[in-house]
Amino acid sequence: MNWTWFHKLGSPKWFYEIGGRWLPWFGWAAAILLLVGTVWGLAFAPQDYQQGNSFRIIYIHVPAAFLAQSIYVMLAAAGLVGLVWKMKLADVALQQAAPIGAWMSFIALLTGAVWGKPTWGAWWVWDARLTSMLILLFLYFGIIALGQAISNRDSAAKACAVLAIVGVVNIPIIKYSVEWWNTLHQPATFKITEKPAMPAEMWLPLLVMVLGFYCFFAAVLIMRMRLEVLRREARASWAKAEVRALVEKHA
Amino acid sequence: MSNVFALLFRREARLLCRRPAELANPLVFFAIVIALFPLAVGPESQLLQSISPGLVWVAALLAVLLSLDGLFRSDFEDGSLEQWVVSPHPLALLVLAKVLAHWVFSGLALVLLAPLLGLMLGLPASTLPVLLLSLLLGTPVLSLLGAVGAALTVGLKRGGLLLALLILPLYIPVLILGSGALQAALQGLPAAGHLLWLASLTALSVTLTPFAIAAGLTISVGE
Repeated sequence: MNWTWFHKLGSPKWFYEIGGRWLPWFGWAAAILLLVGTVWGLAFAPQDYQQGNSFRIIYIHVPAAFLAQSIYVMLAAAGLVGLVWKMKLADVALQQAAPIGAWMSFIALLTGAVWGKPTWGAWWVWDARLTSMLILLFLYFGIIALGQAISNRDSAAKACAVLAIVGVVNIPIIKYSVEWWNTLHQPATFKITEKPAMPAEMWLPLLVMVLGFYCFFAAVLIMRMRLEVLRREARASWAKAEVRALVEKHA
Repeated sequence: MSNVFALLFRREARLLCRRPAELANPLVFFAIVIALFPLAVGPESQLLQSISPGLVWVAALLAVLLSLDGLFRSDFEDGSLEQWVVSPHPLALLVLAKVLAHWVFSGLALVLLAPLLGLMLGLPASTLPVLLLSLLLGTPVLSLLGAVGAALTVGLKRGGLLLALLILPLYIPVLILGSGALQAALQGLPAAGHLLWLASLTALSVTLTPFAIAAGLTISVGE
């Protein structure tokens, strides 16, 4: 198997270039998918027979919750790569993805609260899935706080990586213990193993939105990582040339 | 190898014995927090009894957390940690001895104090074995998980609050299972399921966390 691409990924310059090429693709895909999904979900999807129009917030809530969970797993994967192969770019990815994940869990919680008011009659209930999302938000806060507290960049990245890996081992335990503790929430909307319980007119826009959210995440992550790479490589000649070119272009 | 483990354990125990005030602090904290609640929610025994499972566990969790802040601090400052890292013995083993000694002197003391406070909160005597057993199984997990955070924050000037931020979310399963066991016992239900789950968490953390603690210490020392 050819591993050149993997080793190439370790080079900040290469990532900066290839990321710049990928960025418009992800950006446009995100814009189109989110637009299509929003219009389809909010205007054309049928009403829910019990919840009426209030169910439509699902088109924001579920993708955000999906993303919040997968970003944490991504953090741990990036941390593992950073610890094992000492890849600097994995450190960058970890630290730049954490705030996005925190925002996604915040959005999921907020939309959940807005959705909970008409359906359950309360903004917040101590239900298992809400609570585990709140705990996930706290886990993100921990990683962000640890990364900012350690002044040495390399040790900060390594410490965050260890914490993310410990956290990811704990997440299933937390999830099941909280679920055992109390459950009011409806079960997961999508399961890979089962046919969705919703009709296709309802879950197709949701699928589009989920894909749109993932593309959005990829675009934002690439943007943040490119900026961070430039900041870290500020002394390298290619970075200086790049910044000069950018300044001239926008002058 | 086990020789090093025993030596280190004995050294830690001797060190801890020579600073009895530090050992007593978490215990006093535990007792005070428990005493605050009747003052805050009122002395009604029915209410106190019904919230006591959660109360005892939250107080125990905070007391363990408080005691962990200084776990590696003095070793970090006097350079012993560096010696551990460069020594030929596996760091995970050394760390396990250290945390075990810490648990024997603070966690175990907490376990022994808990029935007294439980009785003061109005827990019936029949639930005390479950209280003891759940704390006995749960506090090692708290110590080990907390040691991961302590290892990551040992080099920082103000690690205490950060430690709480990092570790408290990870304590949640122990809290749920521990207070769940006590709640079940209080309602006359069997608590074995909760206790078995707690025991499996203990086994898991004894086997896995020493490696994470060792990794954290290596990072902190290398900074």
